[in-house]
Amino acid sequence: MDWITTVDHKKIAILYLWAGGLFFGIGGLEAILIRIQLIKPMNTFLDAQTFNELITMHGTTMIFLGVMPVIFALMNAVIPLQIGARDVAFPFLNSLGFWTFLFGGLLLNLSWVMGGAPDAGWTAYTPLSGKGYSASHGVDFYTIGLQIAGLGTLIGGINFLATIITMRAPGMSFMRMPMFAWATFITSAIILFAFPAVTVGLVLLTFDRILDANFFNVAGGGNPVLWQHIFWIFGHPEVYILILPAFGIISEVIPTFSRKRLFGYSSMVFATILIAFLGFMVWAHHMFTTGLGPVANALFSVSTMLIAVPTGIKIFNWLFTMWGGQVRFTTPNLFAAGFIPTFTMGGVTGVMLASAPADFQFHDTYFVVAHFHYVIVGGLVLGLFAGLHYWWPKMFGRMLSESLGKWTFWTFIIGFHLTFFVQHFLGLMGMQRRVFTYLPNQQFDTLNLVSTVGAFLMGVGMIIFLVNVFLTSRRPADAPEDPWEDGRTLEWTIPSPPPEYNFKQTPLVRGLDAFWKEKMAGHKGMTPAEPVGPIHMPSATILPFLMSVGIFIAGLGFMFSRDEFSSSIMSFLFNNYIVTALGLLITFGSMLMRSLFDDHGWHIEPEELEGR
Amino acid sequence: MMKTWQAGKRLLPMTAALGLLLAGCGREDLSVLRPQGPVAESSYGLMKLSITIMIVVLLIVFSIAAYVWIRFRRKKDQDEIPKQVEGSFKLEVLWTVIPLILVIVLAIPTVKVVFAAGNDHSDDKDAIKVKVTGHQYWWEFEYTDYGITTAQDLIIPTGKHIAFELSTKDVLHSFWVPSLAGKMDTNPDGTVNRFSFSAPNEGVYRGKCAELCGPSHGFMEFKVKSVSGEAFDKWVASMKAPESVMPEDPVLAEKFKSQCLTCHAIGSMPASPVAPSLTGIGSRESVAGILLNDDTREDGAPVLENLKTWLHDPQSVKPGNKMPNPKDKGLSDEEIDGIAEFLAGYTLD
Repeated sequence: MDWITTVDHKKIAILYLWAGGLFFGIGGLEAILIRIQLIKPMNTFLDAQTFNELITMHGTTMIFLGVMPVIFALMNAVIPLQIGARDVAFPFLNSLGFWTFLFGGLLLNLSWVMGGAPDAGWTAYTPLSGKGYSASHGVDFYTIGLQIAGLGTLIGGINFLATIITMRAPGMSFMRMPMFAWATFITSAIILFAFPAVTVGLVLLTFDRILDANFFNVAGGGNPVLWQHIFWIFGHPEVYILILPAFGIISEVIPTFSRKRLFGYSSMVFATILIAFLGFMVWAHHMFTTGLGPVANALFSVSTMLIAVPTGIKIFNWLFTMWGGQVRFTTPNLFAAGFIPTFTMGGVTGVMLASAPADFQFHDTYFVVAHFHYVIVGGLVLGLFAGLHYWWPKMFGRMLSESLGKWTFWTFIIGFHLTFFVQHFLGLMGMQRRVFTYLPNQQFDTLNLVSTVGAFLMGVGMIIFLVNVFLTSRRPADAPEDPWEDGRTLEWTIPSPPPEYNFKQTPLVRGLDAFWKEKMAGHKGMTPAEPVGPIHMPSATILPFLMSVGIFIAGLGFMFSRDEFSSSIMSFLFNNYIVTALGLLITFGSMLMRSLFDDHGWHIEPEELEGR
Repeated sequence: MMKTWQAGKRLLPMTAALGLLLAGCGREDLSVLRPQGPVAESSYGLMKLSITIMIVVLLIVFSIAAYVWIRFRRKKDQDEIPKQVEGSFKLEVLWTVIPLILVIVLAIPTVKVVFAAGNDHSDDKDAIKVKVTGHQYWWEFEYTDYGITTAQDLIIPTGKHIAFELSTKDVLHSFWVPSLAGKMDTNPDGTVNRFSFSAPNEGVYRGKCAELCGPSHGFMEFKVKSVSGEAFDKWVASMKAPESVMPEDPVLAEKFKSQCLTCHAIGSMPASPVAPSLTGIGSRESVAGILLNDDTREDGAPVLENLKTWLHDPQSVKPGNKMPNPKDKGLSDEEIDGIAEFLAGYTLD
């Protein structure tokens, strides 16, 4: 019950982590099934329809329900601590964001048991995703599930923007903010502009499918290429929503374990902003083969290539952070070290893809599959592993096992390169992506086998990590405040895990890497910026949970509103929008409760604070 | 065209070495890395240039990384605090400018080739104009200047520009012959795409659909058969004046007419919008695009055998396709075999 009603950012972080981990596991299983099917030519392990459902759900689940929540988990766990705040700006909304994400994700995955998962690819290109060619409810689950989950992401993004703008500790100017906080800030800004675009697209597609509208229907005057523009206007910034937090994590981990401040901090900030800006300018490079014409292709080619410049700045700044330092290869830093060459490889193939005439050959082949897995798995997932191992003691008060961590790293990264490096060549040799099988004697066989073996090795790495988490959870919570000994930022000045109010006294920040600065000045901790006084805390509430349940029910009701059921009661309930109305009633009722009943929260008194 | 260009020249030795290495990859009739025509060649040139630049970048990053990891590893008794360097304006400018130069080096030939690839030859009198229509899961080729329509095998004369006009009858597909040219999407009417390629050498090239289009997307293959000019003219002539062939057995002929020709076109019949034309199907490279009519290869079989495989259960060959099972249409096994034999023998000279 405590977990359902909590509004504490640290607990919500843990909820995000478990839910994200669950969906990540589902997405991983889907990946393994895909690789088993492709292990040899003309394999009959899966049929074509199931395979298409698996690739669609693998992509959708991993992007929206796997990695994004883990990013949000780390942001929630760390950001208020890093900027010296007691919580996020809107704790109630934070909880609402988590529950809408979870119920959106559950709705999407319900499709597996309720008559067919979406099968039109994670990009859901029309007309294949239209009702005429995808008749099951699969794509409806996709559109409605993602609308609900996207609501949560948008709420989360706005919340972090407000938190970082308004709740920084005294003395923490923007240019003294840790890089992870910067990455979160920019990422949230991208979310604010990109997610409404996909929501609009999903609403239009829902209208087409459920209410027989004609936005993308050619016969009705619609245009299927329109969907691609809307999708990628969201979809390309989404890539940076994913990778910028990883950049932020790496920028925290490398300085800590090199015992040096981040090289070129201001150019890092500038590069992050520039990447976000350019990220919105390049969506059409996903569409070079759509027939945009030479002028558009040339412009989008060049603008895409430009992203290499700020990204290059970051890579070299990380390398020079280690230059002259004392590099310690703890598990988090091992992942950060693995990140640099791996992500660079994903980055350079990105520049190759930007060259439009060459992309005519790369597009929709395994070369592209290899490229974006190098960026998302080799970049983001390695970054998330670095961040999880790094902040685990702060989140749970327990150190993960270093030796198991190293095993995780080596099996995962070797498996990763084995899986995806060979896919570059598969693509160039003529293998298209999203094929459920392939004819023999095209020289695809060996490389596909290697790729599948690699995927299993990655799976082993994931299992070792889970074992590590399990074994760690059984040990006593005895992590010190600054477990890595060289912590530089504010989160390492308070106990692990932090008390629910985070900071007894808000710290005074006197420079970049505030904690490191105090340590170098010979101080044991931060100078407080305020006297000890009562701390105002928000009350726990079940309303966000109820609101999300309501939206979930309404979504299901709307989706099935035109179906015929075998039982007449069911038909009556759904066809008359009674289920939809009931769901909306729960949601709006909860909102009304929230508006009508003033909740002033409660206080922790100074005596209680001293008593600890 | 890239050779004339200065910065590319300096990278030439490495490009050449890389080219040799990559050329070992894949089949000549399929691989992007073994281009068989000028259009694929120009993409390949850009790929070689970009791979060369990118390998140089990777080598620099990898070596700096390896150096710092080894050189600046923390020693056991190391306790002094390293110097907290804020950054270096000069260095940061350096690694802003160098990538910028590399991007420009790649951008200039890219833009050149983009505009060259925009040349679609649709008003070139000398070009062969072909209207390509994608269907779930087969390809229709209409030669507008000759008034003939065929399916699955695109016959082209060597050396001539082929001007394509691409569209689709259902969902989006993407027309791709890796060893001849990059891919281009087939969009519905209203957003018709044009492009062009040519094949200097005779040969059969494998083509594929590259845009997810349903369950049998992976099986939506076709062949491009590049033949001499005379052979092409001869083929056009035999397509234009087809004999009106029918199975010899009148019962079978009636079945064929009433069950097959309701969807398929044959000989002089006008092309059907729903199913592939059957004219000269016995001399095609494959049945259904994926059953190869070549019994000299281990993955091939005689055309008759392939036709029987297809006709006895089309769904098991290509899941989700629109061809009804002939058995459901009231054809017996013997009749199906009879039609297969007739079709296998229906060749063009």
